Amino acid sequence: MTMEMVLSSLLVLTIGAVACLFSGGCAKRASGLGVAVSVAGALLAVWPAVGVLWTGRSVALRLPWQVPFGSFHIAVDPLAALFIVMISLVSALAAIYGMGYLEACANRKHLGVTWCFFNLLQASMLLIVLSRNGLLFVMAWEGMSLTSFFLVMFEHEKQAVRDAGWTYLTAAHLGAACLLALFVLLGGTDGSLDFDRLAAPSGPLMAGILFVLAVLGFGAKAGFVPLHVWLPEAHPAAPSHVSAVMSGVMIETGIYGLVRITLLLGPPPLWWGWALLIIGATSGILGVLYALAQHDLKRLLAYSSVENIGIVCMALGLWLLGVAARKPELAALGLMGGLLHLCNHAIFKSLLFLGAGAVKHGAHTLAIDRLGGLQKKMPHTALAFLIGAAAICGFPPLNGFVGELFIYMGAFGAVTHAAGNGTLAVAGMIALLALSVIGALAAACFTKVYGIVFSGAPRSANALGAAEPPRSMRHPMTVLAGLCLLLGIGAPIGAALVSPVAAQLLGESAAVAAIVSVRPWLVALSLGGGFIAALTALLAVLRRRLHHGRSIARGPTWDCGYVAPTARMQYTASSFAWPIIDMMRWMIRPRVEACVDHGYFPRQAYLATHSADFFRQRLFVPLFRAVATVSNSLHWLQQGRNQLYVLYIAVTVLVLLVLKVR
Amino acid sequence: MAAWTDIFVLGLVLSNFRLLASSRLTVMIETMVLQAFALTAILLTLADRPWPLRLIVLSLVTLAVKGALLPWLLRRTMRAADVRREIEPFIGYNVSILAGIAILGLGFLIVQPLKATVVPGSASLLPGALFTTLTGLLIIVSRRKALAQVVGYLAMENGIYAFGAALVVKEPMLVEMGVLLDVFVAVFVMGITIYQINREFDHIDTDRLSELKD
Repeated sequence: MTMEMVLSSLLVLTIGAVACLFSGGCAKRASGLGVAVSVAGALLAVWPAVGVLWTGRSVALRLPWQVPFGSFHIAVDPLAALFIVMISLVSALAAIYGMGYLEACANRKHLGVTWCFFNLLQASMLLIVLSRNGLLFVMAWEGMSLTSFFLVMFEHEKQAVRDAGWTYLTAAHLGAACLLALFVLLGGTDGSLDFDRLAAPSGPLMAGILFVLAVLGFGAKAGFVPLHVWLPEAHPAAPSHVSAVMSGVMIETGIYGLVRITLLLGPPPLWWGWALLIIGATSGILGVLYALAQHDLKRLLAYSSVENIGIVCMALGLWLLGVAARKPELAALGLMGGLLHLCNHAIFKSLLFLGAGAVKHGAHTLAIDRLGGLQKKMPHTALAFLIGAAAICGFPPLNGFVGELFIYMGAFGAVTHAAGNGTLAVAGMIALLALSVIGALAAACFTKVYGIVFSGAPRSANALGAAEPPRSMRHPMTVLAGLCLLLGIGAPIGAALVSPVAAQLLGESAAVAAIVSVRPWLVALSLGGGFIAALTALLAVLRRRLHHGRSIARGPTWDCGYVAPTARMQYTASSFAWPIIDMMRWMIRPRVEACVDHGYFPRQAYLATHSADFFRQRLFVPLFRAVATVSNSLHWLQQGRNQLYVLYIAVTVLVLLVLKVR
Repeated sequence: MAAWTDIFVLGLVLSNFRLLASSRLTVMIETMVLQAFALTAILLTLADRPWPLRLIVLSLVTLAVKGALLPWLLRRTMRAADVRREIEPFIGYNVSILAGIAILGLGFLIVQPLKATVVPGSASLLPGALFTTLTGLLIIVSRRKALAQVVGYLAMENGIYAFGAALVVKEPMLVEMGVLLDVFVAVFVMGITIYQINREFDHIDTDRLSELKD
């Protein structure tokens, strides 16, 4: 029954995607169909996945396939089931939201095409986590890259969007090239690429090469520094519901792939864990620093995804260290913390992107310095965004804290219980330091976002004229915000979600040991969170009762007793972040234009910072320029005569033929 | 039957020389019809009698597509583009024929080591098929008119078709049907393209399209 439902979900999504193309240019019909297909596909997939998580038993299906090395081998195990739940939930909610979001473009775009790609993206993500054959996996991976590329290119008439799209496509294919090499090297002796028939790599060197390829290939999708450069370009370019899916779940398939392939490579040596730990710490800290320095809401959120993926990568590093050092409890805490944080990230990051989309929908701009005071115009969006922002900073009692709690516990355990194992203690210290730095900077970053965008006074006519989005866009945000609260206050639910995965990968006892060590904290978190929630509700009721029947006056925000306040007398995105950016300027190298008058009666002062991505400017731009130079030196080959081109082919074929046959 | 196969392969080879030597496009298209008959005959003479039904169907389809449908499409395009002959090819007709002879020799040389894998039937079939393919390539490379290049492409596909007949005689249906479908679609598209090129530039000389490179 499980397999039938999963297959029918894939079928519904694919057929529905094609059907969207035939909506005849009617935007309403296209959107309705696209949303219905997405939701139906999600429901069909979530049900069996929850069943598998509940029972912990895997289901598999293997059908022969004519393609060499291929077989249609799919399976649902707890690891896959966890991702199926995430993908389906976020995609379906984003689809419902997208209906209202795309309405504004209904008369200048053929929405059927967009919805077709959206549904295909959902299907290919599902197929990625389902497939247990290398060829099928790579095909699904490629499908995901291409469909999301077309979704990013939605507003392709803009030059900036086209540039972002090409950057994304290049990054996706460089990653895919690594994956192809990986699977070719992994290939089994009997010509099968089924995951359960792959031969273990011959020797530690080979395993190491395969691991590096996996980190490069999957890291390009997940956004490990320095492979993250496509994220801050592609996410702002895409429509908001698409960025929610891409940032919420698509990049997380990279993490899924990394976990799945690492499992195939045999027992991990210690350095794999170290590599992931260092990559994760670097990604986390640089990601959040760059996020803090951004002036565009969605670009900021994109960098924040780099940060969160870094946290997850760090947790996976602890997992591998734990496995390599035979500390099952550390391994389980790392794995569960990473996966739980991944789940939470899917929820709050898609919530934040949907919130950003609502801001764009209402105020028609995402430039943080042109917004302000939206809390009064869009109270619903503001509340949802606030919950998401608090959750992403890891404030209890919201869900962001629960995942990080596991990682903290793992790291503490590594420091305190690693008797005689100095390596683990150092690793634990690094994880602890990095996590706390990231947490503090994230809090600063999202204080800046919420403070400048939603509180204060409107900074432009756009912000002044902002309005709440329609109901179909508000409800998905409500659901996601509710999930942030639910998984935070009901912390044991999250633990129950990921413990079957830990039991599957590390054995029942390790999972139980990890759960036991964290349980008191989870219970305390639940009780405390419940208390805070109850208190908040009580105060809200009290406030309403006190307000009842009285007239409430609304005044201007924060004029500090000044008689003629203007909106320019507020923090800007640059100035709010400046103290931290100034401290860290050796790391992120912002371009600063400042004019500060230190006298008693300053006349004129301004500050503007521009933080171009260091890795893009210093690493990839020169690299690709060099590639272009080499390619241009071969330009004489391109004469523009097709006779000559055919001659090239003919000569090549003849030479090969003569060489081979001789 | 081997003798008959040899005779038809000989016909195929000779038709290739006719292709290389002719400047008039009508003659080239007629040669395509001749090749279609030769290919069908080769296919039939290779098989054991009584001929199975699928082979007969395949022969009929081959004749219909290669012998009637494609020439018709080409003639129509020729009329629409209003070209009659290849005026100044990159490689002259006499040199083309000499090159053809060289290629034929090369074909016999190359297939020497391949003999073992071939079903018994005809010694000349493989070199003939290879020669046809390479002749097609030669025509594509050496002619200026887009229509002549399409004919070259067809000759190349005919060579592949003959290869298919030689190598997979037990299950020819799938391969041959695939080739037929490919060729039909390709010629269809090329016809439309040539028509559009002609309408846009008033000629179909492909070498003058070189300004279109970026």
